[in-house]
Amino acid sequence: MKHLLGIAGMSRESIEELLVLADSFAEVNARPIPKVPALRGKTVATLFFEDSTRTRLSFETAAKRLSADTLSFSVSSSSVKKGETLRDTALTLEAMRIDAVVVRHASSGAPWQLARWLDCSVLNAGDGWHEHPTQALLDAFTLRQRFGSLDGLRIAIVGDIKHSRVARSNVWAFTALGAEVVLVAPRTLLPPSLEGWPVQMSEDLDAVLGTVDVVYLLRMQLERQNEALVPTLREYTARYGLTIARADRLADRAVVLHPGPMNRGVEIAPEVADLERCLVLDQVANGVSVRMAVLFKLLAGGEGSASDEGSERVGHE
Amino acid sequence: MSELTARSGAAGEFVLRGAEVLDRSGRRRADVVVSDGSVVAVGEGLSAATVLDAGGCIITPGLVDLNAGVGQPGYEETETVHSAARAAALGGFTTIVARADTHPVVDSAAMVKEVLALGVGAACRVLPAATITVGAKGERLAPLAELASLGVRLFADDGRGVPDARLLRRALEYAAALGAVIVQFAEEPSLAAGGEMHEGVWSSLLGIGGIPSEAEEVVVMRDLALARLTGGRLHFRTLSTAASWAMVAGARRRGLRVSAEVALHHLLLTDSACAEFDPATKFRPPLRPEADRRAVQSMLAAGEVDCLVSDHTPHSIEDKEVPFGEATAGASSLEWLVALALTELTLVDVGQGGDRSAVPVGLAELIGALSWKPAALVDPATTGLIERGAVADLTVIDPTATWTLDPLRGASRSRTTPFVGRALRGRVRHTIVRGVPVVIDAVAQG
Repeated sequence: MKHLLGIAGMSRESIEELLVLADSFAEVNARPIPKVPALRGKTVATLFFEDSTRTRLSFETAAKRLSADTLSFSVSSSSVKKGETLRDTALTLEAMRIDAVVVRHASSGAPWQLARWLDCSVLNAGDGWHEHPTQALLDAFTLRQRFGSLDGLRIAIVGDIKHSRVARSNVWAFTALGAEVVLVAPRTLLPPSLEGWPVQMSEDLDAVLGTVDVVYLLRMQLERQNEALVPTLREYTARYGLTIARADRLADRAVVLHPGPMNRGVEIAPEVADLERCLVLDQVANGVSVRMAVLFKLLAGGEGSASDEGSERVGHE
Repeated sequence: MSELTARSGAAGEFVLRGAEVLDRSGRRRADVVVSDGSVVAVGEGLSAATVLDAGGCIITPGLVDLNAGVGQPGYEETETVHSAARAAALGGFTTIVARADTHPVVDSAAMVKEVLALGVGAACRVLPAATITVGAKGERLAPLAELASLGVRLFADDGRGVPDARLLRRALEYAAALGAVIVQFAEEPSLAAGGEMHEGVWSSLLGIGGIPSEAEEVVVMRDLALARLTGGRLHFRTLSTAASWAMVAGARRRGLRVSAEVALHHLLLTDSACAEFDPATKFRPPLRPEADRRAVQSMLAAGEVDCLVSDHTPHSIEDKEVPFGEATAGASSLEWLVALALTELTLVDVGQGGDRSAVPVGLAELIGALSWKPAALVDPATTGLIERGAVADLTVIDPTATWTLDPLRGASRSRTTPFVGRALRGRVRHTIVRGVPVVIDAVAQG
C-alpha cells in the first residue's frame, strides 16, 4: 500500500488491517510517554490548500508520536492564484525528499493528481466533496470500539450528503465492514444519482430514528440556504436536526457521531451534543491512533504484506 | 515526383493519382488534375507534369471546421492563427472558422480585419467568426451587418451563449437578411452554475459539481421555438445529448432552418473518462453518458448530424496542471480529428470487439459532416463535388496508414488531449488549399 487516497474500492480486509493496527497505536497513546520510534528519519509534510486546523493537528500529532519529522507546507489560496500549478507545488515538495505528503484540497481528485506526479506516499486528508478516508477509518474505529463490530449495524447518515466527502468515504467504509447505511436528507442535499451506492435513502428522519444503531450527523453549512438547497436553517433543523425529543426516541444502545465542528442548534441540539451517547470526543481521540496506523502502514509496513492487493484499487489505478 | 511546394505549386498543374474520389455524388475510382487553383479534370488514367501519388487513398472535398479556437489575439502563448492553421492543414482541413472567444473578443470590424490579416499566409483558409453581442456580454447586438459585409458568416457568443430570449430573437431576425448564421452555445447558466462535469452517476461518485443534460436541452427547446418565431438561420454549437439531437432532427423535419454540430470528443468519450480527474477530460458541454454518446453516433451514421467539429481549444500546459475543478475546459484536436474518427467510428472497425462501433459510421456520412455540410454554412456556393471547375480545396486521406498520437509532435502549440498515445489508423496524406499542396505526405510545406 503506497497511498491512501480513498475508501471506495478498498477491501474489508485492508480496512480491518488498518483498524487492528490502530488498536495497537491506541495502546501507545494511553502510555505516559505516547511516542514510539517507528518512523524515525522519515519526513511527513502536510500540504493544506484549505484550512483545517483540526485535521492538520491530528496528522501532525500522529506523525510526531511515530517520531517522524513533520513539515507544514502552508498554501494560502492567494499564493496558488499567483500561477503556481498543483504540479509545481508537488515537484517543490519532491525536491525536499519527503516520504509522505498529507494533502487537503477543495477540489475533488487533487490527491489522485498528486499521486501521479509524486514518488512519495500521498495521504488524502479530504478532497472537495469526494473522500476523507482517515475520517471514515476513525469513525469505523470508534464504532468498532463501542459495538465490537460493524456487522449488522444500521447507520443513518443525516444531512448534506451531496457536498460531503465524509459521507462519501463513510458509505464505503461502513458497508465494507458489514453495516447497513441509510442516507437521510431532502432531495436537494442528496447526490443527483445514487446508482451504484450500496445504501437506502429516506427523506424522513423521524421514520428512520427508531430503527438505527448509529446516527451520523453531517455539518450543515450556513451558505446552503443561499443556494436554495433548503429554505432556511430553521426549517432544516425542524426536519433533520437531532433535537432532544428526537434523541429520546433513539434505541438505548444507539450512539451519535459527528465529524466536527458541530453547529450546535442546527444539526444537533446543544444538550444532545453533551449526552454520553454522543461520541464526538472519542472520534477526535481515535483520529490520532488511526492516522498513526495509516502513516505506519504506508511508510514502514507493507513489505511483503499480503494486504497490498487492496491498495491498487484504492488509487483507482 | 518533381519538386512541388506550397510556393512553387501555386499556379502549377499536378495530378493526384491512384485514389478513389469520395464526394457528395458518391465514391468512384478517379485521378484528379489540379491547375491554377481549380480542379481541371477528373477521370481515370489522367496525367500532368507533376504527379502526387495518392495510391490507395481517398480524395474528398476539403474538410471544413466550423469551431476552431485559434488563441489569437490575446492567448498567443497557447496558439496562433498560423500554428492552428498548420495543425488544421495537417489534419486535412482546408478551411477553419476561427472562434471569436479571443481576448478581446471579435465583435468589431477592426477585430475582424485583424483576424483576416493574421490569416494571410496561413496553411489553410481562416475565416473569422464574430460574436452576436458586443463583448459577448449578452446585452446588445454587435454590428452584424458590417461584420457580415467583411465576410463573417457565423456569429456566436462562445462559452456563454445568449441567455436573453428577446436578444436572441432580434439577432435571428436581423441576421436572416444578411445570409448569416446565428450560432447558439446551448447552456442555461443557472442550471450549469458550479458544474464541472456531467451531472449523473459519475459526478455523484466523484463529488464533482454537475451540469445536467437539461442545462443544454432547455436552451435547445427554447431556441427552436425562437427559430420558428423568426424564421432565422440557427445553428447550435456542440450538442451533447440524445434529447438535444432528437429535438433538432424533429425541428428540421418540420421545416425549420436549423442545424447543429457535434464535437469529436462527445463521440469518443463518456463521463466515466473523468474518473481519473484528468483535466484533459474536462469539456464544455461536458462528456455525457454512454447512452448519449451512442445516440449521437447513431445520428451521425444516419446522416442526421450536420457537422463534426474539432472544438479545438488551445491551452497552455499550466492550464491543465491544476485540479480538475479549477481547470479550464477543452483540448487540442485539429490535427488528429480525422484519424481518430476513422479509427474509432467507421466501418473499418467492425469485428474488432468493443461496442464503440456498434453503430458504425459510413465513410460518406463522416466525410459529409466534415466537408460539404459545414462548407454549406460558410461557402453557400460550394457544391461538395469534385468536378471540373470546382475550387481545388481537396483532402487526401490514406485510410490504412497506422501511427500513434503524440501531441509533442503536433503543430499546435497546445498539447492537451485526452487521446495521448492512441493507436490511429487512417491519416491525412495531402491537403490542397486553393490548388496549393500545403501538406504533402503528412508533412506541412513552407
